[in-house]
Amino acid sequence: MSGDSPERMRGMLDAVYRAESRRVLATLIRLLGDFDLAEEALQDAFRAALEQWPRDGVPANPRAWLVSAGRFKAIDGIRRRARFDALDDEQIEALADETPAWDGDAVEDDQLRLIFTCSHPALSPDAQVALTLREVCGLTTEQIAHAFLTPPPTLAQRIVRAKSKIRDARIPYEVPERAQLAERLDSVLRVIYLVFNEGYAASSGTSLTRPDLSGEAIRLGRLLGELLPEPEAIGLLALMLLHESRRAARTSPSGDLILLEDQDRSRWNREQIAEGLTLVERALSSRRFGPYTLQASIAAVHAEAPQPTATDWAQIVGLYDVLMRVEPSPVVELNRAVAAAMRDGPEAGLALIDAILARGDLSDYRLAHAARADMCRRLGRSADARAAYERALTLTEQEPERRFLEGRLAQLTD
Amino acid sequence: MRYLCLAYYDEKKFDALSKPEVDALVSKCKAHDQELHESGHLVLVASLGPTRSSTSIRPRGGKPWMTDGPFAETKEQIGAFFILEANDLNEAIRVASKHPAARLGEQVGWGIEVRPIEMCRGSADERG
Repeated sequence: MSGDSPERMRGMLDAVYRAESRRVLATLIRLLGDFDLAEEALQDAFRAALEQWPRDGVPANPRAWLVSAGRFKAIDGIRRRARFDALDDEQIEALADETPAWDGDAVEDDQLRLIFTCSHPALSPDAQVALTLREVCGLTTEQIAHAFLTPPPTLAQRIVRAKSKIRDARIPYEVPERAQLAERLDSVLRVIYLVFNEGYAASSGTSLTRPDLSGEAIRLGRLLGELLPEPEAIGLLALMLLHESRRAARTSPSGDLILLEDQDRSRWNREQIAEGLTLVERALSSRRFGPYTLQASIAAVHAEAPQPTATDWAQIVGLYDVLMRVEPSPVVELNRAVAAAMRDGPEAGLALIDAILARGDLSDYRLAHAARADMCRRLGRSADARAAYERALTLTEQEPERRFLEGRLAQLTD
Repeated sequence: MRYLCLAYYDEKKFDALSKPEVDALVSKCKAHDQELHESGHLVLVASLGPTRSSTSIRPRGGKPWMTDGPFAETKEQIGAFFILEANDLNEAIRVASKHPAARLGEQVGWGIEVRPIEMCRGSADERG
């Protein structure tokens, strides 16, 4: 490879970095037992590659090369520092002599270990998200801070604290055993879905969506689905793909919100729908599915309707009924009420929504008031609709949603 | 590695329980306590006297100053603690979850905080 130009080599290394850096990091964390040491070793390994590969050629297994280079550099670094810190010699030797760095199965599991450790329930939910995006996805602290509209020092602090908790409380670097797997997987799925939702329906700010975050979440979901093809992991991936397929159709060029029933369905991404539908089938056929698969099934019914009037609302209501049994929540109940209104008419929907609001569970939830407003509007009860839209407006923190609600208000006749 | 597990309870709510209610709860604890003991991870177990038996000491003007009652005036107080030996947090959580306060007493605010500790041997220990 000595004939390669420096530019080509640089491009090659960038490609290897994109493809391998997270996997190399995941293995280095296992071998070195420390996140910070592993990150430093990863940078050192790529620096070594930049020096040696142009001279000696690209190794046959770049990932294995990077892992052993990173490990060697880290041990070397610890030895040098030990002279000043009086670190235990035995400890260093133990690190250096540990099992061979390259064990196929262990390496395959390293990414899963990393995913489960980053979303360990002993870490705060905010920290789980930040750490996953930083360590598993390789986003920079600045990128994550920007995506979540958090000041970078706050986010950096959150990551530092999470890493020290992992170290001090000794959160192990492992894939949970069978007995704990379902519960721990829930935590991983929640982190991924949270990242997706922040990208799909940003909770605040001027823009409706942040596609980068959704893209990362889908990438994560895909990785998890490959490493651990549990029905709910597949179901979540399907759910994200089916939502994502509507991205282009759900905002107008001016950035306004377009409701499902008003979307131009020819702009839905067919490829993502096809993949999502296949995955839903796969998850459902396991018969061990849960809330993500059920939500994906609901999204699938929408995806299969060529136009809004062809939507099988009875099936959607039925799926919400199952979802209410598996994971009851006022928000699911609200969504079920909206679907029931499509099946049985706005009067029936309004009665269900009012019953939920009367319990007080969702009295500060903007979408409950927006849904109530919509029922009243369809029933021609303009004054009630106005009051409910206004209530929803006071609760929304998102610019496009505000414009949508104001638009609806302006359309009310009397 | 050692972990200190602090078992909390809501003192007011617990004190408001009737005698039969307390008995019912305590009788359900036995099986869990036994399972915890049989885990082989326990280093030390202790249950605490009521907070009204507690005295707190704080420095005031460079001298120890005593006040009656628990240090923190919160509704959740520590009712018991135990120290366990575990390889890592996952194992510590698995063991601590066997304690009655991780499974029972939801209505009286039971719960456990698991915290890594460094233990030093005390001189009273050596007196035996």
